[in-house]
Amino acid sequence: MERREGISKLLGRELYIDDVPMDRGLWGATVRSPSPRGRIREVRFSPDVNWDEFVVVDHRDIPGENHVWLIESDQPVLAADSVRHVHEPVVLLAHHSREMVHRAVRSVEVIVDPAPPVLDFRLPPGADGIQHGTDNVFSHIVIRKGDVDAALADAPVVIEGTYETGAQEHVYLENQGMVAWIDGDVVVVKGSLQCPYYVHAALTHGLGRAEDRVRVIQSPTGGGFGGKEEYPSVLALHVALLALKAGAPVKMIYDRPEDMAATTKRHPAWIRHRTGVDLDGRLLAQAVEVVFDGGAYVTLSPVVLSRGLIHAGGPYACDNVRIDGRAVLTNSVPFGAFRGFGAPQTIFAVERQMDKIAEELGMDPVELRRMNLIREGQSTATGQIIRDGADRLEVLDRALDLSAYREKQEEHARFNAAHEDLRRGVGLSTYFHGAGFTGGGEVHLSSVAKVEARPDGRIEVLTSNIEMGQGTLTIFTQIASESLGLEPDDVVIAEADTFRVPNSGPTVASRTVMVVGRLIEKACADLVAKLGDSDLRGPDLKQAIVDWYRKHSGGVLDGAARYEPPPGTSWDEDSYRGDAYGAFAWGACVVEVEVDLRTLGTRVLDVVAVQEVGKVLNELLARGQIQGGVVQAIGWALMEECVWSDGAMVNNQLTNYMIPTSDDVPPIRVDFLEAPYAHGTGGAKGIGELPVDGPAPAVAAAIEAATGTHPRVIPVTPERLMELYDGA
Amino acid sequence: MRVLMPDTLEEAYGMLAAEPLTPVAGGTDLLAHWPGNHDARKRAYLDLSGVSGLRFMHWGDEALTLGGLTTYSDVIWDSRVVEEFPLLADAGGQVGSIQIQARGTWAGNIANGSPAADGVPVLMAYDAVVVLGSEEGDQEVLLADFYLGYKKMRLRAHQLIRAIRLPRREYDFQRFVKVGARNAQAITKIGVALTRSEERWRVVVNSMAPTVRRCPALEAMLDEDRPVSGPEDLLTAIREDLAPIDDIRSTAAYREKTLARVLYFDLKGVCPSFA
Ligand SMILES: Cc1cc2nc3c(=O)[nH]c(=O)nc-3n(C[C@H](O)[C@H](O)[C@H](O)COP(=O)(O)OP(=O)(O)OC[C@H]3O[C@@H](n4cnc5c(N)ncnc54)[C@H](O)[C@@H]3O)c2cc1C
Repeated sequence: MERREGISKLLGRELYIDDVPMDRGLWGATVRSPSPRGRIREVRFSPDVNWDEFVVVDHRDIPGENHVWLIESDQPVLAADSVRHVHEPVVLLAHHSREMVHRAVRSVEVIVDPAPPVLDFRLPPGADGIQHGTDNVFSHIVIRKGDVDAALADAPVVIEGTYETGAQEHVYLENQGMVAWIDGDVVVVKGSLQCPYYVHAALTHGLGRAEDRVRVIQSPTGGGFGGKEEYPSVLALHVALLALKAGAPVKMIYDRPEDMAATTKRHPAWIRHRTGVDLDGRLLAQAVEVVFDGGAYVTLSPVVLSRGLIHAGGPYACDNVRIDGRAVLTNSVPFGAFRGFGAPQTIFAVERQMDKIAEELGMDPVELRRMNLIREGQSTATGQIIRDGADRLEVLDRALDLSAYREKQEEHARFNAAHEDLRRGVGLSTYFHGAGFTGGGEVHLSSVAKVEARPDGRIEVLTSNIEMGQGTLTIFTQIASESLGLEPDDVVIAEADTFRVPNSGPTVASRTVMVVGRLIEKACADLVAKLGDSDLRGPDLKQAIVDWYRKHSGGVLDGAARYEPPPGTSWDEDSYRGDAYGAFAWGACVVEVEVDLRTLGTRVLDVVAVQEVGKVLNELLARGQIQGGVVQAIGWALMEECVWSDGAMVNNQLTNYMIPTSDDVPPIRVDFLEAPYAHGTGGAKGIGELPVDGPAPAVAAAIEAATGTHPRVIPVTPERLMELYDGA
Repeated sequence: MRVLMPDTLEEAYGMLAAEPLTPVAGGTDLLAHWPGNHDARKRAYLDLSGVSGLRFMHWGDEALTLGGLTTYSDVIWDSRVVEEFPLLADAGGQVGSIQIQARGTWAGNIANGSPAADGVPVLMAYDAVVVLGSEEGDQEVLLADFYLGYKKMRLRAHQLIRAIRLPRREYDFQRFVKVGARNAQAITKIGVALTRSEERWRVVVNSMAPTVRRCPALEAMLDEDRPVSGPEDLLTAIREDLAPIDDIRSTAAYREKTLARVLYFDLKGVCPSFA
């Protein structure tokens, strides 16, 4: 099947929000805090600018509540008295000229009486650093299974390790951007975003408007990776406030430096493991401490932490587990959603810990994993019993076979002996990823999808799930056309416009195909049932629709479905026990690297990623997801480093924040195993995030095999590796 | 913004003599600094792209001469250059990306004056001479003497780099190594060009001082066959010749050590004094 929007993207015809012409509109821009923490003493407008030409908005112009609606109400839309991070928005400006408004930003000075900032999330804050509750802890979650202390005390061997992962910038191709205008008594916001109804809720709260007086429309979105999950709510509020005050359309487009400096990134993490094992390598106890840097406001940190913790034990069976995690405040630009949502961090740590255990026991890391991988009927850290028919050992073995892991090890021994300045090594990881919202999240969302027949026999699919490059339009077309026996051209996917589409939840958490796709299937069945013959398909169905409309002029033939949890699942939010996810997908990754001992630079020579994903619905899209995720993880592992000053990124240009180019990644070899999931579309489980979980620890393991160093902090930049190597 | 578009060198010289103008060759450096700098748009530019006879490669008995508009691609795809001056193709092929190599010029790389310029070390290691043209006639400056300090050079406002001349010699060793944070589109952290001709070494390093520069202390070590038994033995000379800093892209310590390792490993089989 052809990609729905493929040709228009290829030909440059797709209109991203910055491409939409603005005839009589204004351009908006943001004046931000220069300081990480303090009281705003004064906002000084330079007398050299004629401010009458500008629309100026500050916190006093906010008609609703001055906070960005999310988990907690702590993040102001615009700072009022105090600031908590550099780049915190304080004043908004709009002007007819894009250039003038950006110049004017530099003529507004925010003067802050500084207070001592908290900048290192790994250290306990001093008394003068407390800004949230009594301890700056945004969220504290403990997962308990069995008796960890007793098991650690009894274990023949206890192994400790501490691991750290850095922030990561999303680097979506299209920067954040939005337009707002007033249509009668409705505020309309259109822009680049993943979650139309999050933005809608933020606007109703912040603008103090009824739900039907706010309309949110997604424009073609050039990448998100989580970066357009919660942040667009902030920008939407800003652009709407300006449009309301101006009484005219306003467009705000961040340029790359502003986007990189002022918006969210992946949470930095510090993770400590103490693992009790027997002499054969069987896991007896896992005690894990996790700290995530939340940045200055709560945003999504509690749920990122939650997912991180649920994955922190890895895909292994262990009877005694305690995972104790906190997300804490620092005076940094808030961290947020990023593909993987906390799991890549904790999986990096547990996989490195598995390698450490193997080394200390003198065991083969493959055999250690093989012994401990969850078998059918065993349970995860939250006590979720896994009985999904997936063969996790086969996933591992397939990766070993495809990568020729053993042969490579032998080959590397010869290669390394023959070369003075080059070292090769191979590394492995096994991992898992739960798809959909955590615990009762999907029940709480209670998503609805709709399909509507058109008088000409075509079917329109209405959901709030969006295309951002990952293939939603195509896969939804495929799901609807296959369930109805129609041609792809007979399926139309509705624009994600909150005036038309129901709330089928956000486009996050690898849930679009698995959860919403299933709702589309059910909605299609609902529609067909209304025609009186549930077996109608293809041309017969089309004809029946046409006939229906002839008979019911003015009527609408539609179908709908609301989410229902898979039967027999249960989750207890208070004890953090039960079925954290409807399904887990399973992965194994083998990475081969070459390290140049002159520069300590690492080149990735080969990657094999094998995953069990229930069912592959569209092989091309699925491969694309895996390959893209692997590249993103390689970047995170090796080169993507945010350089900080006062809690703000200072290498905020693409020249100085390095992501891999096509010259930096080898062909990525992908293979799938399938054990259909009864409650996913056509048996599918989520796959969007899984591929980001595995490569980083495998890269580090490969570097370890090549150099004899023990990388426990990523990114393993050449600078960092040289220190390890020279210290070793 | 004004753009003047001369057809001939004489015309260009005349325009330059009349008012301050910023020459534009490939525009790849100028463009990179463009959007943030509103004042740049008020400047007047001299577009060299239409000037005839400025993009050439001329082989004389004594020298190869590159024109003021000769690009990296021109050189990379010329088999004769690749054979006789392989470092030009090595370095050119590591500049930015294929698109940048197609537009970027050697003269622009020189005149931009970046300490991280990748074209300059190899030219300098071949003892290139910069030919500066103006209404007053040509002036020749050895590239090794061209830079005076950070972004300061012997190029006056009314002059253009008209050509770059490379003497033809026999080399028994030539190497260029670029160390960047990734394989393409990377600003150099450490770069070094090495040549040896008639027992004389040239060691030219970029990104480790305010300008690209030759390294006399290292050259002397090599010329005199002083014994080197590991990378550490090169550090004193490196510190004498260069002044690396900690910046957003790397650290001084990493730069020094990496240069020492590159020199050591790459010269080990070449210099008998390296053990
Ligand atoms: C994406 C990207 C990647 C890059 N990667 C690299 C890299 O890896 N390595 C590297 O070294 N550089 C790199 N550059 C910088 C740039 O491409 C090179 O320095 C290139 O050689 C500049 O040549 P140009 O013809 O484009 O110069 P222009 O931009 O046209 O000019 C550069 C400067 O030289 C002056 N000038 C140009 N020609 C003359 C002349 N004949 N006489 C007098 N003055 C002149 C101009 O006035 C200007 O000040 C990169 C640039 C970009 C945009």
